[in-house]
Amino acid sequence: MDLDVLQTIWFILIAVLWTGYFVLDGFDLGVGMLLPFLGKDEAKKRVMINTIGPVWDGNEVWLLTAGGATFAAFPLWYATMFSGFYLALFLVLVGLILRGVAFEYRGKGHTDAWRRRWDWAIAIGSALPALLLGVAFGNVVSGTPIEPLAGSAPDLAGQLNFTGNLFTLLNPFSIVVGLMTLTVFLTHGAIFLALKTKGDMHAVAKSAAIKLGIVAAVMAVAALLWFQAYSGHVAVTLPLALIAAVAWLVALFLVLKDRDGWAFFFSAVTIGLAVATLFAGLFPNVMVSSTDAAYNLTIHNASSQHYTLTVMTIVALVMTPIVLLYQGWTYWVFRKRISTSMIPPQVSAPAPEPMANAAG
Amino acid sequence: MSALSLSQWQFAITTVYHFLFVPLTLGTVWLVVGFQTAWYRTGNVKYLKLTKFFGKLFLINFAMGVVTGIVQEFQFGMNWSQYSRFVGDVFGAPLAMEALLAFFLESTFLGLWIFGWDKLPKRLHLSMIYLAAFGSMVSAYFILAANAFMQHPVGFEVDPETGRAVLNNIGEVLFQNTAMIAFFHTLAASFLVSGAGVAGVSAWMMFKNRQVDVFRASAKTGAWVVLISAVLVSISGDMDMKIMVQQQPMKVAAAEALYTTQENAPFSVLSVGDLSGDQATNIIEIPGLLSWLATGTWDGPDSTVQGINDLQAEYAQKYPQYAAETNFTPYVPITYWGFRLMIGLGMLAALYALWALFALRGGRVPRSRFFAFSSAVIVLFPLVGISAGWIFTEIGRQPWVVFGQQLTADGVSPLLSSAQVWISMIGFTLLYLVLAIIEVKLILKAVKAGAPEDPVLDPHGDAEKAADKQLYFAY
Ligand code: HDD
Ligand code: HEM
Ligand code: HEM
Repeated sequence: MDLDVLQTIWFILIAVLWTGYFVLDGFDLGVGMLLPFLGKDEAKKRVMINTIGPVWDGNEVWLLTAGGATFAAFPLWYATMFSGFYLALFLVLVGLILRGVAFEYRGKGHTDAWRRRWDWAIAIGSALPALLLGVAFGNVVSGTPIEPLAGSAPDLAGQLNFTGNLFTLLNPFSIVVGLMTLTVFLTHGAIFLALKTKGDMHAVAKSAAIKLGIVAAVMAVAALLWFQAYSGHVAVTLPLALIAAVAWLVALFLVLKDRDGWAFFFSAVTIGLAVATLFAGLFPNVMVSSTDAAYNLTIHNASSQHYTLTVMTIVALVMTPIVLLYQGWTYWVFRKRISTSMIPPQVSAPAPEPMANAAG
Repeated sequence: MSALSLSQWQFAITTVYHFLFVPLTLGTVWLVVGFQTAWYRTGNVKYLKLTKFFGKLFLINFAMGVVTGIVQEFQFGMNWSQYSRFVGDVFGAPLAMEALLAFFLESTFLGLWIFGWDKLPKRLHLSMIYLAAFGSMVSAYFILAANAFMQHPVGFEVDPETGRAVLNNIGEVLFQNTAMIAFFHTLAASFLVSGAGVAGVSAWMMFKNRQVDVFRASAKTGAWVVLISAVLVSISGDMDMKIMVQQQPMKVAAAEALYTTQENAPFSVLSVGDLSGDQATNIIEIPGLLSWLATGTWDGPDSTVQGINDLQAEYAQKYPQYAAETNFTPYVPITYWGFRLMIGLGMLAALYALWALFALRGGRVPRSRFFAFSSAVIVLFPLVGISAGWIFTEIGRQPWVVFGQQLTADGVSPLLSSAQVWISMIGFTLLYLVLAIIEVKLILKAVKAGAPEDPVLDPHGDAEKAADKQLYFAY
């Protein structure tokens, strides 16, 4: 296959991996953020956490895979973006660390204060990536200062580098994109909760989904329309954005009608279309330079070479369907809705006093 | 401090920290597999209790392994962007494969194992932990192959126009002997760490007179695992030494603080002084042993081991593109002591295993305070040893980040400010400290709680019957 074709395939595959991440981890980030607000009592909180318990880790791997695939297929994109967005990514990592341990450790203490602290770790740890990854994407597609390096290192002088700072990243457009991902994930999470629960939890989740969904609709329309100003292919991205908006309204309507499964499906479709809109508008760039279009990172100047792309294409085409199959099976195994009455008492009751010490 | 030194410190802190949890995960998951298989085969409830008990310790540990691993994945781009640009074409591939082939497998099937007790039939549920354990091995393999490329780069050429490495043989990168031996050695060492952990915890439980018959079985298993791994670690370590002397002779010299090239080179067991090579400092040495370890011969021209001074001169000639004063020698005290700590602490654990097996012989239950307290301390030895081994390996590669191809100093992100790295380094370090305290507390708490007294004997498969039944396991 031609190098051009492989580069295009990898651009699409990376869009697919991000879609997978936002659709899947999107809802568990959403559930995490909702925890202190919808979890009015301990039983409800545990219902919420247990809807995502078996799957959140597998969902997060989509992010690792998107990162790893970017490293392998477009190393210069990976290098420029990750070093440029340094502090933002540091905060994303802090969030992911907090929430990852919180799921596992929350139930292992037995005081209310212990659990409340972990609840906030989950909520804040989920909000940081939900917001900041959106901000990062806003910057990738709208452009940041990127310039060639004045020669220093022996072989690699002239590489394109991000020359801004944290505040460069916090521009109005990117913040709107961040607010879009934040509110869309909140809604997506609420819809997932409605789908996975019954009883009073279901009612709470449903009403939250509608309210948040309206805010998210406003943010998403604002972000996606504003994006048309930066899009390289308005003829494609404008229709995609409009279809995304329609899918979102359908999702909210279905929530109202208690068709939770279909509502979740349409909310996932919206997220997929939003990612598609951003990537289609970006193509063939991978990072836009606001300094000079000549310094854009593109699928051509940022990619790995022919051999690596071929090897990785084979691996990705074989493995991705297998992963989808077994992850799909997980959702099937845990398909039952859960309710507060199904949550067993906390396993970690205070430790029993050790018996008499024979040696002492 | 410069962004370079800070980035080195940050990488060292975060990787060493990640690698405290990794070996425990890699080994313990297989011990849990063993206990659950024994339960499945024999139906003996003792093994179910052990599965639950060590499974819980394993999961507390696993959570930390996962969250610290994510940091590793991002750091190459964040702090080492010139390195990522240089090697991305080669090094990115195993990382992406690791995520696709291993992380998905591990995380998905572990989720099914944790929450699936009442959802899956017995046999299928057992296979979930097998798949997760297999996934963790695959993960270790790919990351070690990536690391082996840094130690001994193969399967690529440097594009003269762009200055970037270009992959031309993925098979060589994935299956070079450096990678395979590192995998063998690291896996064996991980089993040593986990075996000691299981034996030590079990000894403590017997001392406390808790569920003695249950923990006697696991103490024995743990001790045997330690003994067998100690043999495998030595065999693989010896193989490692023999390729290292060909691929990174400077690292061998630095491990021994050997300054002048020698036949019949001695192995110094202990030394005093500053190891700078100006004075003879060895206080105990075994003649010829280093030659034998490195080359397989004791004496004669074949047993020559090159010294630091000659290698420094050789490299200065071989790499004229770097400034004349470039130091190609790693920091010797760390390599020297790292190497000794690795071997010494690992082998002490093997002695402990012998002692434990002796104390357990013929149905005996060791309850002495001395044995229990020794166990509690000795479980930590191999963990320190395995960290020391890695610190030796990574420091011994310096000043290169990719041996012979790129200096660490040239790999750092060029526009990173010290302030940025200070923020992230302090942030990670504080966060990791707090998490370490919490993790230790939780482990101690789980140990104190003991194994479940009467676990539900057959939770499997009856989920379909009662729709509103309580979940068997929930967070
Ligand atoms: C407690 C664990 C442990 C024990 C008892 C040993 N090792 Fe080890 N060793 C490791 C844990 C380890 C490790 C941490 O896992 C390393 C770091 C990199 C690697 O592949 O394994 C390592 C690396 C390592 C290397 C460096 C490889 C390189 O940089 O290319 C050598 C030469 C040896 N070992 C040799 C030995 C010998 C001869 C041993 C005993 C007879 C021995 N090790 C025991
Ligand atoms: C898991 C055990 C490992 C430990 C304990 C470890 C330890 C270290 C340490 C101490 C340093 C700092 C060296 C310095 O200060 O100059 C370092 C550097 C580094 N290591 Fe490792 N490492 C491990 C595994 C790996 C693996 C598997 C990889 C690659 C996949 C890797 C890649 C690097 C890189 C990129 C650096 C930064 C450049 C440098 O300072 O040399 N390490 N590591
Ligand atoms: C010898 C060195 C290493 C080995 C053997 C190793 C192995 C493992 C294993 C077994 C896990 C499973 C979770 C756990 O730790 O409990 C894990 C987690 C992880 N490791 Fe490492 N690792 C090493 C170093 C690194 C390095 C240098 C990176 C950076 C690329 C890395 C990236 C990760 C990531 C991203 C995870 C999280 C995976 C998940 O979500 O399940 N590891 N590693």
